[in-house]
Amino acid sequence: MQPTTHATAQPGNSEAAHAHSAHHEPGFLSKYVFSTDHKVIGIQYGITGLAFLFFGFCLMMMMRWQIAYPGKALPVVGHLLEKMLGDVAAKGMISPDLYNSFGAMHGTIMVFLAVVPLVFGAFGNYVVPLQIGAVDMAFPRVNMASYQAYFIGGIIMLVSFFIPGGAAQAGWTSYSPLASIIPTDGQTFWLVGMVFLITSSLLGAVNFIVTIIQLRAPGMTWMRLPFFCWSQFVTAFLLLLAFPPLEAAGVMQLMDKVFHTSFFLPTGLAVGGAYANISGGGSPLLWQHLFWFLGHPEVYVLILPAMGIVAEIIANNTRKPLWGYKSLVYSVLILGFLSFIVWAHHMYMTGMGTHIATFFQTTTMIISIPSVVILTCLFLSLWGGSIRFNTPMLFALAFLPMFGIGGLTGLPLGLNFPDLHLHDTYYVIAHFHYVVAPGTIFALFAGVYFWFPKATGRMMNEFWGRVHFWLSLVFMNAIFQPMFAQGMAGMLRRMSDGGANYSLAKVPDAIGGLSDSIMYCNTTISIAAWCLGLAQLPFIFNFFWSIKNGKKVTSDNPWQATTLDWQTPTPPPHGNFTRPMEVFRGPYEYSVPGHAADFTPQNEPPSK
Amino acid sequence: MEIPYAVQPRRDTGLYNAKLGIWLFLASEVMLFGALFSAYILLRVGAAPGMWPHGWLNVPIGMANTFVLICSSITTVLAWVACKDRNYNKFKFFHALTLVLALTFVGIKSYEYYTKFTHYEITLTNGKFADGHVVAKSKDFDLIKKTGSVTLHGHIVEKREELMDMHSAEARHEKHEELTVPAAEITRMENYGPWHHTYLAIYFTLTALHALHVIGGALVIGYMWVTAGKMWKTDPERFTNRIEVSGLFWHFVDLVWIFLFPVLYLL
Repeated sequence: MQPTTHATAQPGNSEAAHAHSAHHEPGFLSKYVFSTDHKVIGIQYGITGLAFLFFGFCLMMMMRWQIAYPGKALPVVGHLLEKMLGDVAAKGMISPDLYNSFGAMHGTIMVFLAVVPLVFGAFGNYVVPLQIGAVDMAFPRVNMASYQAYFIGGIIMLVSFFIPGGAAQAGWTSYSPLASIIPTDGQTFWLVGMVFLITSSLLGAVNFIVTIIQLRAPGMTWMRLPFFCWSQFVTAFLLLLAFPPLEAAGVMQLMDKVFHTSFFLPTGLAVGGAYANISGGGSPLLWQHLFWFLGHPEVYVLILPAMGIVAEIIANNTRKPLWGYKSLVYSVLILGFLSFIVWAHHMYMTGMGTHIATFFQTTTMIISIPSVVILTCLFLSLWGGSIRFNTPMLFALAFLPMFGIGGLTGLPLGLNFPDLHLHDTYYVIAHFHYVVAPGTIFALFAGVYFWFPKATGRMMNEFWGRVHFWLSLVFMNAIFQPMFAQGMAGMLRRMSDGGANYSLAKVPDAIGGLSDSIMYCNTTISIAAWCLGLAQLPFIFNFFWSIKNGKKVTSDNPWQATTLDWQTPTPPPHGNFTRPMEVFRGPYEYSVPGHAADFTPQNEPPSK
Repeated sequence: MEIPYAVQPRRDTGLYNAKLGIWLFLASEVMLFGALFSAYILLRVGAAPGMWPHGWLNVPIGMANTFVLICSSITTVLAWVACKDRNYNKFKFFHALTLVLALTFVGIKSYEYYTKFTHYEITLTNGKFADGHVVAKSKDFDLIKKTGSVTLHGHIVEKREELMDMHSAEARHEKHEELTVPAAEITRMENYGPWHHTYLAIYFTLTALHALHVIGGALVIGYMWVTAGKMWKTDPERFTNRIEVSGLFWHFVDLVWIFLFPVLYLL
């Protein structure tokens, strides 16, 4: 960081003079590619993450064809797929191996390359320093390294599709021994890619925590911190402490793959009808413990920042303070802590013992309490508000019931007995997708529409925003609601033919296979998924069109918000603020009685 | 634009940014090594009775290496004190010592690895096991064609279990001598690499990861040792902070070894 002579302390500097005196004009590379500015890095994360989000969704749209019409060639892209990937896509059909690859990579890409980078890398990077009144992140160059590690990890994952044998096939959970014995290098690529992604989030997490602790503006006490920053703060701790065990597990699985150790390979393991040439003595359960030790906090990495975004937008558009700000803060802290001791509720079916299962059932039931507190606070915040129904608010409002459905349907899975029936069925898919897809991704859309004017100086189109919202809401539910029924009827995940073979099973005097109506849902769900894909077109066009042609904002604070991210020039320059920030009040002083305006920014001094 | 508290500590936290950053980083490192230590416990608890090895590593060598690392921690502190005292030559001297000690550690560790990779367990056709370090191989030695022979310095045991406890009184009194084994009598021959046993797998993984940390730390310390002159003049306070932060990392690496040594060598 070059110390510059200009001081952000000189008030009254016009923006142009500010930029001119401070910096010699940086070139394209240092301005957009190797930038250390948290806002540019946030946007880099955002664009890359959205691209991966779309790519992961494309994988799923192709898989849905295979589920709905097993054994038929993919229309439009089938030929292309065969050309690019070879035999696994022979005749333009998705072979079971390719289906497994797509399934594993859909999960990996959506979780590690799309949603986490978006909620944490993009929104966290862009908004947190602005909201706490900081000039940048604490370690700008580490921040850049974090994005670069993420980018390299993403490239490695993408390249793995084109190596012989294709990408990893053992699910995003990569359970050993399966993951270790599939005779391709896809899993090795996956592991190396994950090491980069874990490094990236480690660097990001350290940076966020230091920034929030050290760089808060004077007067920004902990209880004046916007809830979004709290959610990012807890998320950073989850990433910091939960990811390393997966890194350790990844290193051990890599040892199993490359150096033929037996960390996760048990004695007497037979592969293809013969004993494997291994020393044995390993433990497949060990992998699952280490994986889910990350995997469960990861769920809260996906959801907490989304709750933060929703909280900001709800407070802003109800024009009243969040109901129960302190309860929200304590709940998010407790959630963060508890998320470390619930992981084995993913493992009831592994035979790890009823005593351990009892412990994890108990903690799982307890963790639902702070989640419900947060959701209840957000619902109660709506009470008596004069609500502005703009696009960000619509998405934020839809988040509440959608996340509610996702959360409540998780309870049966958290209990041992119902889980025996529901484990590994479409019910599980429906449950966690309700949390992440119409939950977190809706919050992401809300955030994009909300902060777009700050980043670009232009509003996104409201009409097409609404079209995007309503179509997404309808099709999301059309996709995931029938999956609950399919799962309860016993349809298993990860069947490349969508259960076609399984549905043929007819045992006299016993429960038969899957009924026709359950099987028919495969088709309707697939059609809904493709329609959901079409419903994103208005968003994509709106996004790019509005950068150049959107309605210009007339003030730096178009939503009339209270938090510091709106008290900057638009878009905020390098260094963020034209004068040093000082904070005098809490984050959500909307409609304070006796004030002329219905919002009082955090940096407005108290009237004498 | 200047990041606040990059050098001077913030009043309410008492920390400058990098110091907080390194502590957080070390917290995540604790989780990384913690997961591997948990793996060690699970693998050991899950091992078949009598099949977890004892005494496969050379304790005096491990002890010597522990001593080397502890000394390097002391020299790191002394280097930092020299920075605080603004005594450039003293700093250069002590951190040079740190570097030498780090390289000594890596050198000794490499020798230990070497002895493992040349140590073979051979399953004989008569069901017994020959075990020891390879001294020589005949030129036509070929396991597939069954030609030639290999010479070990070691011993022959009836059961594989006997190789597991090298601490036991019997094992210590066992006579080790040069044995020549013809290839025709060998059904399986494997060295003591990570593939040989889960104990060796976790031993190699933990110590290699630790060694990577030592090498990484040595690179950082080496870089600062070489480039010290410039920042020493322009911003000595910042430089001292850097030495403190890298020192914290170095102590952590040292601490990990303090756990590794008893767990892998003694227990």
